[in-house]
Amino acid sequence: MSVSDRVPDRVSAVGSSDPAKIIGLLAVIYAVYLVLGSVAGIDPVSNMTSLTRWIGLFAIAALALNLHWGYTGLFNIGVIGFMGIGVYVAAIVSKDPVAAGGGGAVGGATGGLGLPLPIGMLAGAVAAALFGLLVALPALRLRADYLAIVTVAVSEIFRLSVRNGNIASFDVGGLSVGFGGGDGLQLDWGSEVELLFDALLLGGVYDSLTVAAEQVTGSPVTADRIGYALILLAFMIGYYALLQRMGNSPFGRVLKAIREDEEATNSLGKDTDRFKIVVFMIGCGLMGLLGVLWFMNAGGGGGSINSTQFRPDTTFYIWVALIIGGAGSNTGSVMGGALFAAVLYRGPRFLQSVIDKLTETDLGRFARQTGFGEAMAPIAGSFDVIPLLLYTVTKLQSLQLLIMGLVIIYLMHNRPQGLLGHRKEQAAAISLSRPDRRSDGDRAVAADGGVEDE
Amino acid sequence: MGVADGYRTRAEGLVENPFNGLLVFIGLYLVADLILKLSGVDVVVNIPGLGATKVMGGVEPLDSFLSKVINGILRGLIIGLAGIGLSMTYSILGFANFAHGDFITVGAFIGAMTSYIVAGVVGAATYDIGTLALMKVEASQLGLAITGGSLAFAAIVLGLLVAGVGTIGVVLLVDRLAFEPIRDRSSVSLLITSIGVALVIRYLVNFIWGIEKFSTNAGSNSVWNVAVLGSNPEDRALAEGPPTWEFVITELSGSISANAHDLALLVIAVSLMLGVHVLLQTSKLGKAMRAMADNKDLARVTGIPTERVIRFTWVLGGSLTGVAGYTWVLWRGTFGWFDGWLFLLLVFAAVILGGIGSIYGAMAGGLIIGLARDLSTVFIPSGLAKASAFALMIVVLVVKPSGLFAGRTTA
Amino acid sequence: MSDTDIDPPEEAVQANVPEDADVDYEEAETQDSAAEEAAKHVPEAIPLQVENLTKRFGGLTAVDGASFEVEQGSLTGLIGPNGAGKSTTFNCVTGVLEPTAGTVRFNGENITGLAPHQIADRGLARTFQIARELGEMTVLENLMLAPMHQRGESLWRSVLPFTRGSVVEEEEEVLEDVWETLDFFDIDHLADEYAGNLSGGQRKLLELARVLLTDPDVLLLDEPFAGVNPSLEERLLEHLHELREQGYTFLIVEHDMDLIMDNCERVIVMHQGSVLTEGTPEDVKADERVLEAYLGGEVET
Repeated sequence: MSVSDRVPDRVSAVGSSDPAKIIGLLAVIYAVYLVLGSVAGIDPVSNMTSLTRWIGLFAIAALALNLHWGYTGLFNIGVIGFMGIGVYVAAIVSKDPVAAGGGGAVGGATGGLGLPLPIGMLAGAVAAALFGLLVALPALRLRADYLAIVTVAVSEIFRLSVRNGNIASFDVGGLSVGFGGGDGLQLDWGSEVELLFDALLLGGVYDSLTVAAEQVTGSPVTADRIGYALILLAFMIGYYALLQRMGNSPFGRVLKAIREDEEATNSLGKDTDRFKIVVFMIGCGLMGLLGVLWFMNAGGGGGSINSTQFRPDTTFYIWVALIIGGAGSNTGSVMGGALFAAVLYRGPRFLQSVIDKLTETDLGRFARQTGFGEAMAPIAGSFDVIPLLLYTVTKLQSLQLLIMGLVIIYLMHNRPQGLLGHRKEQAAAISLSRPDRRSDGDRAVAADGGVEDE
Repeated sequence: MGVADGYRTRAEGLVENPFNGLLVFIGLYLVADLILKLSGVDVVVNIPGLGATKVMGGVEPLDSFLSKVINGILRGLIIGLAGIGLSMTYSILGFANFAHGDFITVGAFIGAMTSYIVAGVVGAATYDIGTLALMKVEASQLGLAITGGSLAFAAIVLGLLVAGVGTIGVVLLVDRLAFEPIRDRSSVSLLITSIGVALVIRYLVNFIWGIEKFSTNAGSNSVWNVAVLGSNPEDRALAEGPPTWEFVITELSGSISANAHDLALLVIAVSLMLGVHVLLQTSKLGKAMRAMADNKDLARVTGIPTERVIRFTWVLGGSLTGVAGYTWVLWRGTFGWFDGWLFLLLVFAAVILGGIGSIYGAMAGGLIIGLARDLSTVFIPSGLAKASAFALMIVVLVVKPSGLFAGRTTA
Repeated sequence: MSDTDIDPPEEAVQANVPEDADVDYEEAETQDSAAEEAAKHVPEAIPLQVENLTKRFGGLTAVDGASFEVEQGSLTGLIGPNGAGKSTTFNCVTGVLEPTAGTVRFNGENITGLAPHQIADRGLARTFQIARELGEMTVLENLMLAPMHQRGESLWRSVLPFTRGSVVEEEEEVLEDVWETLDFFDIDHLADEYAGNLSGGQRKLLELARVLLTDPDVLLLDEPFAGVNPSLEERLLEHLHELREQGYTFLIVEHDMDLIMDNCERVIVMHQGSVLTEGTPEDVKADERVLEAYLGGEVET
């Protein structure tokens, strides 16, 4: 039979081996980072925790986006906006209360409602889902490219609105709360790790972790870093399990069908609008929760949020992660997220610090002192390209997005199914192999299945 | 009809009619509020429990209102100019080009760079060409204003030409490398690819011109605004720059002003739009483009050289887009590496509002979006002006996704 | 059905002999007169009624007051020259398009203007002119999708631990039906194949199999034989006749007049948006206007 190049020939026997593949990839990534890091003398704990942080965040992000795009074909490029709703609402719900009118605290007098962090996270997710509903009701009937424009516009509207001073702070029931305006908000609700461990009645574990960390590294902050990495890994596993279950069900099957051909699915009696609204809300909710995870505990200390962090760049990062892994597969999403975080996102920075250590130069200082003009000048004079190379290395961080642009173009040209290959998973709650049958040759029975009337 | 039609009408009645009704209500409220504000009347209602509350009205001086209208029209012209290119590629190549905003950036930067070099090298020889190319000089020191003498005028005209021609080059290169190899793919694949192209261009511009990022006193976004030409009276560059002429209407409650650069923008935009109109109405190219927008395969079969038409589309669209970027620099005096992207959403709004593929639609849409953006500050804080234009676009997409001039493709 | 509760499969078939039909139906020989009597006077014997259907696109009138009926258990053909409005009629009946005017009744209920999924839900299912297989899903997934109202289509039931069991149980039942259908259509060897990899004819079979699994009463097939090679055409026809014998009702849009004349017991001819004539193949053949319409002449109606 003819095998077109877009569609793979047969479903390979995927399934139980998927988690193994993820673990294998993670093992390789961690090994490379550990070896390079130890060569360059980088502190292994901070090396590993920061790697884990970004792997966890991007894997979670790619999973959530995969539900929209990979499964259902909903072209959402406003991911960062939904993440923003999540974390801003969580901040308002869970920051310590500040009395209205009193205030005077430095950096804005805005506080929160003082509710526990888990409730804040839940509220953030629910708010993002409801916001998703608001967008979905009118927009989901639009063509894919219009939906893309609407979602990115919505995320920009969100960013411009929180930046605006008018809702920087307002009073709710005698408390001063708000979005912080241009100053942003401090996520000063205490150690998220401690709060979340306590919420799971694991306060004792956290305490002993702190004690151990202080003994080994001399700093209790390390415990927070390790705890944060563990929390992210737990959420990653949770997201993966939830989305696998969702995908491998009749519900997931309808989503895939909508992606393939909405009109045909509708003609088969499926209320496609309802499915799309539900899945859009769930995805947005997952993005909202991700927003809280993303911005809390930045680098081990307390996090903060500011409207400039909600530019669309992060959305495109997440898209690259998903495209690398291959849209349509949860396993691929996790692997794509991990690869993206390790190679494209963390890679340049990590490489730069390794080169720094090895060559004992301070590229950062070079960068501060040199501009493109200074880097180019020696080429014109004496064909000395070293300054330009050095300049390029120092700009690696800002060149990340340029590189990602190239990666997007390359993938769309050469591997639209993702770097890791076609990894579609069969959408069913059970294995679809032929069940044991009573007798053979009983063909007419087939039709009965269709005709039986109640 | 009658009973039979009842079903869908009822279903729509639940979803759409209240929404449309709400929109009409909001529109009427805004118009009434504007009239009250212009006459300086407050409407205060005594709401039980809240006391006297201002629900409508306020103060909007006529001169402030009129300068918003002027700004809106000028902004709208630039949006329309850039929108023509986006609209043409959208209808002929069939995808939303997210790199279009960064084509505007390209036009702005290479045009401004050319003006700097011409004014700097020919004029005062105190700057080396590298410094000028990277625009590390205050524009006012180069006397770069359209009224700043024949050298400055020539520098600006050359900048305008290079903005158009250079952008054509970039756009054709991008098409050759990024879009042509996957011409037959789905519109979504092309859209994602265009996001990749946008990132490459944007961060290449950042890489070359955006050195201030590392400057120690970099504190605000304004550091990114590297190109500064003399412009508005309030503009800081003008403080030391050459004089611009302005006219004043004193009969009004205040005064409004427009300068030579505003006028230049008006002339450039209107003449280019007319030119495009004539070109597409009278030439075979216009006919071929209409045919392709209608049905690409059919056009190919009937012997239309589709690849050549596509190239012409890029040439035409690219030049207008580059010029739009440069006129922005003329008008506002500055352009940042991120501005093209921010501007793109307004251009999308205009193109969708006007109807994809319609060139008049892009022009009209541009004016409406430009006016909406500037007039929104009558009602809401200016920080939210851009957000209100985006919101208007979403409303249009939801209420009338086919646009105002739908069906008149590339005419 | 008020007086006699007839189940569609067996009895209904016999109920459909049109009063004016002078052809011999093989099914008709088993008829029992009581059932026939009942069916004649009960509206359900005519599951699909289209009255005065009109669809305009701007200034163009694609369907102009078309009226026809499809009888229970029949294999009815809808033919007409290009541009006669067949496909538009189909799309209006199945809810893809909203008619400008007119009524569509299904089993006595007015379904005009309902969404396609609501119409499918009532037992009026369709296939498409160009097969709409779900390309990046396997044949099995395509078929597993079809059965209506699966428990697991509810997100919560699929996800929550204490309801997942019942979803799995139902999946097993659905899977069994699906494999039986695969066997019936002789495409079981393609089960794990991606639908996008099938040949044109195989896609048509898949689509028919899929629509059958939605458990419809009446099937509207839009050019099921277009682009199908002769041997597969033969097989498809066999399947149709076999299914009809089991009690399904078919309305088939087809271009090929001979094919319809040889296989349908009732034929509706459309021309310029309205129904030109309706009757047995013999009646239709005898009608000179039909030939004229096909030859492209103006037809007096």
